[in-house]
Amino acid sequence: MIQSIPLSYVLIVSTLMFFIGIYGFLTRRNLVTMLMSVELILNSVNINFVAFNKYLHPQALEGHFFAMIVIAVAAAESAVAIAIIINIYRNFKSIDVENVDQMKF
Amino acid sequence: MRSAVYLMFVLIATAVLYFMMGYNFLAAVQLTVYAGGIVVLIIFSILLTSQISERAVMAPLKQKILSSLAAVAGALLVLMVVLAFDFKPSPASIADSSIQSADSATLVVANATAGTAQASSNIHDIGLALVSYEREGFALPFEVVSILLLAALIGAIVLAKKEKLPINTEISDNTNNDSTL
Repeated sequence: MIQSIPLSYVLIVSTLMFFIGIYGFLTRRNLVTMLMSVELILNSVNINFVAFNKYLHPQALEGHFFAMIVIAVAAAESAVAIAIIINIYRNFKSIDVENVDQMKF
Repeated sequence: MRSAVYLMFVLIATAVLYFMMGYNFLAAVQLTVYAGGIVVLIIFSILLTSQISERAVMAPLKQKILSSLAAVAGALLVLMVVLAFDFKPSPASIADSSIQSADSATLVVANATAGTAQASSNIHDIGLALVSYEREGFALPFEVVSILLLAALIGAIVLAKKEKLPINTEISDNTNNDSTL
């Protein structure tokens, strides 16, 4: 089934996901939605790893394991980031990046 | 809130893409960790941190235009490169597939080479590869990720506890506050 789909199409999907994530990261002012954009970017990179592994090096599994490790890192990162965001909300009563400027130099 | 639900659909679609490529375990991991864990965490944090009445604060129009311009330009650049480049499979897999297609009479040999050409991705082999020290093994990144997860666990506990201690000292007369977050 996957052999009928060229590699370029998968890469187009992941490219669009990546730049939608970039756009959301740049325009949103809410910390949670910025975190969601980062998740989108990580996912598009994961798709790239897995697609290159499947199409170009089907005898190896490096991309597969790299994607798994990226998923683990993303899970840890989002857990810590959400803990930080909830702490920020407790202290500042808002999670807009404009309002959290106490540590700004 | 709505964007969190859409993000969940995107993550499920990514898992379906992994299923189509034949990496079943990776798709299962994607479903459980992302669609099961991270999206629920994000939805709970949205519910905890936002009032229902407040509108989403967006960037000013100038920044919006600039960032959309940057995103579209980057996407066009990458798409042009992707569409122009001719992707070739690695030489080893081509050799294996040519062997497999050339002598179809020796079906057993072809099956054996196909077994080496297409690296199996069932759970048994993945588990063995994750803890093996040989060339195809991934023991070092496995251990590094486990240490990272431990660090994230400790960090989350520290972040959650830092707010709790002054509250406990302030309202120490409330005896049954040990079950609070």
